[in-house]
Amino acid sequence: MTDLTRLSAARLAETLAAGEASSVEVTRAHLDRIAAVDGDVHAFLHVNEDDALATAADVDARRAAGEELHALAGVPIAVKDVVVTKGMPSTAGSKILEGWIPPYDATLVEKLRAAGLPILGKTNMDEFAMGSSTEHSAYGDTHNPWDLDRIPGGSGGGSAAAVAAFEAPLAIGTDTGGSIRQPGAVTGTVGVKPTYGGVSRYGLIAMASSLDQAGPVTRTVLDSALLHELIGGHDPRDSTSIPEPLPPLVAAARQGALGDLSGLKVGVVTQLQGEGYQPGVLARFHESLELLTKAGAEVVEVSCPSFDYALAAYYLIMPAEASSNLAKFDGMRFGLRVEPTDGPVTAERVMAATRGAGFGDEVKRRVILGTYALSAGYYDAYYGSAQKVRTLIQRDFAAAFAQADVLVSPTAPTTAFKLGEKLDDPLAMYLNDVATIPANLAGVPGISVPNGLAASSEGGADLPTGFQILAPAKADDRLYRVGAALESALESTWGAPLLASAPELG
Amino acid sequence: MSTISRDEVARVAALARIDLRDDEVDRLAGELDVIVDSIARVREVATPDVPATSHPLPLTNVFREDVPQPALPVADVLASAPDAQDGRFAVPQILGEE
Repeated sequence: MTDLTRLSAARLAETLAAGEASSVEVTRAHLDRIAAVDGDVHAFLHVNEDDALATAADVDARRAAGEELHALAGVPIAVKDVVVTKGMPSTAGSKILEGWIPPYDATLVEKLRAAGLPILGKTNMDEFAMGSSTEHSAYGDTHNPWDLDRIPGGSGGGSAAAVAAFEAPLAIGTDTGGSIRQPGAVTGTVGVKPTYGGVSRYGLIAMASSLDQAGPVTRTVLDSALLHELIGGHDPRDSTSIPEPLPPLVAAARQGALGDLSGLKVGVVTQLQGEGYQPGVLARFHESLELLTKAGAEVVEVSCPSFDYALAAYYLIMPAEASSNLAKFDGMRFGLRVEPTDGPVTAERVMAATRGAGFGDEVKRRVILGTYALSAGYYDAYYGSAQKVRTLIQRDFAAAFAQADVLVSPTAPTTAFKLGEKLDDPLAMYLNDVATIPANLAGVPGISVPNGLAASSEGGADLPTGFQILAPAKADDRLYRVGAALESALESTWGAPLLASAPELG
Repeated sequence: MSTISRDEVARVAALARIDLRDDEVDRLAGELDVIVDSIARVREVATPDVPATSHPLPLTNVFREDVPQPALPVADVLASAPDAQDGRFAVPQILGEE
């Protein structure tokens, strides 16, 4: 019998619709896979076995009764722990939320439940999504399925690893500076950051509200399009939600897979290559460009000079917003409460003791950095200047999209590094997001598509690389057209999906 | 060149309401110095003629009809609170003794 965990979500949907397998069988197969390999991978913080199987059984019964179901009904999914799920723990990778059970669902979770997707569990992440390696989780490291001694990227390393390790066909991620796309690149999976406002933020535990965006984590471009269409669209509970409907994404992915990109102009961003990028990453990038050219696209070089300042601006804006958003973790309404060991037990002192005990190193670093950047005497120089850089980056994007339909770059400058390697050097860790951050600052959508394997800097087995495609705001369909065309050209070259060459686990 | 002293870290940590151990203050002083040095370069291009942007997309205020919406059940909300009493969050003393 076919191993159900190896099928794409689109193929699983067909299998279920044709009655060749039940959702209970599909869900059980993934739960068994989690039981078999998650001891090594540690992608999950919580496995939602009973509820997932109950949803699956319900979908099977409704299908048997002839009810019309969503295309993805019965296809299981994993959800990043920063997204609140009613009745299921939601810690955002933090000790301060240990044991908290949210009384409500995020809008995107409501949509998953309404469509009948069994939720397999909650995935590991850097605490409050602050990190690029998932090592800042308060609940232990997630391991890259390609090499268990290496990072799975971050902050959504759990979602990416779950999908790469065939523990789930679909997952939800969130991307504030690259937390969907960079884990996708280093695990050989697909990750999409939609246009800002394209997917509701209601029920996401916020890090930086003007940057955060939830999106799909999958193994194929078509699967991302299917999931994006399900979770996207206007939500009156999110005032920054885009009122217009999404462009047709699944249709764009299917059209792109036909492989004709005639008339498309692809802009290579000068500033997002060269120094700091591993030679193998650049080699795969240039091979992918050749494939796009063969498919009929015209490749042009575009310059975005202010991108050189994006990382600096991001590390002011994001901590500033985070320091404000995380003020709600005060030990009063949810999660941990710690009383000071001596002196009066006042609300203010309880708040400080709770945060001192409940926040990890990176969260403390960013909240204090953000508070500093917003404090009297520094506001104009730091936060004010960063906001001006944001304007310059948006202008660079506008000029670049006047010359090209999509912009491209390597997703991450390096392949997956060893666990622990960059933990003591925050700046080196921050550089992982150098190519993904500009999209968040401008709100434009981006996708990472696995585009090969490259030797890591210190040798060893070859590891996955990612190809990033960026489109103008609200033109997410272009990501899927170009992404699917590249995926199909690459897979014809390889003869199989990239993940077929990943080592066996368990 | 910025210099973030131990005292400055302690002052900002107090503003942020985070108790830090002495070794954390020491480490953060060094780390934040390096980080702030690196990100201070935003000032190179932030000239007075460039307007500030706070948000990725142009937004206007969003209004809805002023009609009551259902709220979450109080018991569900209080179930995971650190402390509750009489259908409310129970919190430590907020004001001083006087």
